[in-house]
Amino acid sequence: MITLEQKKFQEIEKMTKGYNPLLVLGCETCAAMSFAGGQQQVAELASAIRIARKTSGQEGEVLEDAVARQCEPEFVDLIADKVGGCDAVLSIACGAGVQLFAERFQDKVILPGCNTTFLGVTEELGVWSERCAGCGNCILDKTAGLCPIARCSKQLLNGPCGGSMNGKCEISKEVDCVWQLIIDRLTRLNRLEMLEEIFPVKDWSPAGHGGPRKMVREDLKS
Amino acid sequence: MKSGSNLERILESGRFSVTAEAGPPKGSSPKVIQRKGELLKLCCDALNVTDNQTAIVRMSSLSGCVLLKELGVEPVLQMVVRDRNRLSLQSDILGAAALGIRNVLCLSGDHQKFGNHPTAKGVYDIDSIQFIQMVKTMRDEHKFLNAEEISGDVPFFIGAAANPFADPFEFRVIRLAKKVSAGADFIQTQGIFDMAKFVEWMKMVRDRGLDEKTHILAGLIPIKSVGMARYMRSNVSGLSVPKEIVDRMADAKEPKEEGVKICLETIEQLKEVDGVHGVHIMAVAWEDIVPRIVEEAGLMPRPVV
Ligand code: SF4
Ligand code: SF4
Repeated sequence: MITLEQKKFQEIEKMTKGYNPLLVLGCETCAAMSFAGGQQQVAELASAIRIARKTSGQEGEVLEDAVARQCEPEFVDLIADKVGGCDAVLSIACGAGVQLFAERFQDKVILPGCNTTFLGVTEELGVWSERCAGCGNCILDKTAGLCPIARCSKQLLNGPCGGSMNGKCEISKEVDCVWQLIIDRLTRLNRLEMLEEIFPVKDWSPAGHGGPRKMVREDLKS
Repeated sequence: MKSGSNLERILESGRFSVTAEAGPPKGSSPKVIQRKGELLKLCCDALNVTDNQTAIVRMSSLSGCVLLKELGVEPVLQMVVRDRNRLSLQSDILGAAALGIRNVLCLSGDHQKFGNHPTAKGVYDIDSIQFIQMVKTMRDEHKFLNAEEISGDVPFFIGAAANPFADPFEFRVIRLAKKVSAGADFIQTQGIFDMAKFVEWMKMVRDRGLDEKTHILAGLIPIKSVGMARYMRSNVSGLSVPKEIVDRMADAKEPKEEGVKICLETIEQLKEVDGVHGVHIMAVAWEDIVPRIVEEAGLMPRPVV
């Protein structure tokens, strides 16, 4: 999933100031899974903005809604009428959702209510961590299913560096050294010899360094 | 000869080598490096110039090397992949070759989080092992990473770091083997305080025959105070400082003398370890002590080969 967290309320309050009506719009997929932009969080945020507006004597209606996915035009378009009647939309979705909105509604002010954090997993309720950096050329077959690009602080392909201690990364005792995890897993799988070979330099162009990325599937296009 | 550097000649002749470290200043004055160069000139075979060490911005390593060369001191150019991508690394290698620098130490670098610009974007385009391999290809095949031809020679004696004290211990020698097969001609290790562990690591190194394929220079960090010993013991990832060392420093009436004594004892023990071809003294902010250590360790005068 794409993980995201709501921006600090002060920041949201400041960027939404003066828009009337303001639509707070959630997304029922990743944003909901992150407990940042599902129905409930949207309701809470909208009422917090209403209260803040009231206490500071500001005018302005605050509407709320959520769509199934803000990253798909069909779902975004479903809400066109409501958006049409608003001054601005505060999108409680990932950056992709915010931008699709901006493209579909050229004349509307669109504001990001979240920080998109990473591609990750839910470790337990309330804890998420990064797993993938979307590098465009997956190498997990060579690293025991654990990603050194997203999870090694130096993106080393021939790790671990000299800072790995007690299973932790040199940057913090709170961060696992993924190379230690890779070695542990390969040891269990009896495949440690895989790491004896030098991993060649990576082509970073599919990772976004070749310019903005796009995917086209001719077989699916109508 | 791969590079013809003084360090290479001494090591290839089978002599016990001494290198030391000179950190450039957080400023533009050439005097700091020149002073360290003059101070250490006679007691070491080559002098490493650190590259934004611990991710703190300092005068560039390449400029420091040039300043040393002007004094007749042979530099080792330290380069980290944290701050440069493959284009920049290769162009700096060519520039260093043009300026007559003959030794390079290829490193990952401490994470930018530790330094004075913790919000910087780290580069890490290639890693230290790939970097070693790239320099070797530039030198031996006159080819860039993209296989295009390089005009002119790129004569470097290629160095790498090794840390026997990091985890996982069993993998450390595999990592060294990778560095050696990538092209590391010499190795400078992390500072040694835990001799038992180092000896165990060296045995694994010899079992793989790596001591025959590369020159291992054992790292030393002279300790100035008990505070420094304690700090290294608990705060520096990748260093192993046994409690006995901290206790010795704490009990000493003259901590600096005790620090020198520990360092000299370590050198004596290292001389007996098969496969160790020299020492690398990293006296951060205590360079003045290095000539005395080298003298008292019986490693003076430095050979001329
Ligand atoms: S190798 Fe690339 S695609 Fe695979 S998990 Fe890592 S970042 Fe994601
Ligand atoms: S300690 Fe491990 S995770 Fe951290 S930078 Fe080094 S190899 Fe990567």
